Amino acid sequence: MADRRTSGPTLEPGWRGLVSDLASDQRAFKGVPWSKAMMWLFLLSDIFIFACFLVGYMQVRITTPEPWPSASEVFALHLGGRDIPLLLIAIMTFILISSSGTMALAVKCGYERRRLATGGLLILTALLGASFVGMQAFEWTTLIHEGVRPWSNPWGAAQFGAAFFLITGFHGTHVTIGVILLIVMAAKVVRGSLAAERPGFLTRRRGRYEMVETLGLYWHFVDLVWVFIFAFFYLW
Amino acid sequence: MARGEGQRHPIGIYLWVWFLLFVLSVGSYLVDILQFEGYLRWSLITVFMLLKAGLIIAVFMHMAWERLAIICVVLVPPGVLVFLMLLMALEGHHVLASRLTWLAQ
Repeated sequence: MADRRTSGPTLEPGWRGLVSDLASDQRAFKGVPWSKAMMWLFLLSDIFIFACFLVGYMQVRITTPEPWPSASEVFALHLGGRDIPLLLIAIMTFILISSSGTMALAVKCGYERRRLATGGLLILTALLGASFVGMQAFEWTTLIHEGVRPWSNPWGAAQFGAAFFLITGFHGTHVTIGVILLIVMAAKVVRGSLAAERPGFLTRRRGRYEMVETLGLYWHFVDLVWVFIFAFFYLW
Repeated sequence: MARGEGQRHPIGIYLWVWFLLFVLSVGSYLVDILQFEGYLRWSLITVFMLLKAGLIIAVFMHMAWERLAIICVVLVPPGVLVFLMLLMALEGHHVLASRLTWLAQ
C-alpha cells in the first residue's frame, strides 16, 4: 500500500477517513499534534470527573426530602438597597466567557507569529481568570460567614454546602492552575522561546506555537465546565 | 495540516462566537430574573447551556475543523454520561419515595 502521509490532500474525509485513521499504523489522529491529542484525552477524563460530581449533586438533590435552598436567593448580591439575584455569578460568567474570547484570539495571534499580541492576550486572559478566582473567594467567604458548612446550612437540605464547596472548589482549582499555566506560557511567548523553538525548562520540549493552542483547549474547557455548573447548580 | 501551520480562521468568527456567548448568557440569566418556573425554565436553561457548550467546543476549541477520528473519540464517550444521569435520576426518585414512605413516620 502506498505510504499515507500524515498531512495533505490524501487524507480522506468523513467516515471512510475515520475508519482508515483508526486502522492505520503508529498514529490514529492524523494532522493533530500528539500534545493536542493528549490534552483532548486528559480533558475527556476530566469531563468524567466533573460529570460524576454533577450527577452526585443531582442525586442528593433528588433524594433529600428537605427543600433545596433557592440559589437565586442564596447568591443574591445586596446592591442599592435591594437584592439582585445571582448578580455576582452572572458577572463571573461574563468574565470567564471574555477570558475564553481573549484566549481564542491569543491562539490565533500565536499562529500568525505576533509575539507581543499573543503574550498580551495571554496576560489579559490570566488577569480575567484571576479576577474570577477572586470573586469565587469572595463568594465562599460570604457564604461561610452566613453559616454554610459542608454538613449544614441555614436554609434547607444539608447537602447543599457539600455539593457547593466540592463542585465550585474543584472548578476554582482548575481555574487557578490555568492562570499559573497562562502566566508561564505568556512569559515563554514574550521572551521569544516559542518563536526560537527553545527547549522548555522542565520537559525540554521545543517551543512551538501549538503549545498556545493546547493550553487554550484547557482554558476553554474550564469555561465549558462553568457553563454546566452555572446551568445545573445556580439556575436549576 | 502540516506541522506548525495550525488552525487558522478569520477573526470575525471568534468575535461572533464571543458575542453569541454573551447573548446566550444574558438569556440564561434572564430565565432566573424573570422567574420562569417548571418545564419552561428547565428547557430554556438546557437549550442555552447546550448552545453555549456547542459553540465553545466547535469554534473556540476548533472541534469543527478536526478530523472525524478525534471528534468521535472526544464526543462519543461522554454520551454514556447521559445514560448514567438517567439511571441515577430513576434511582434517586425511588430512594426519595422510600424515604417518604418509611422515614416520615
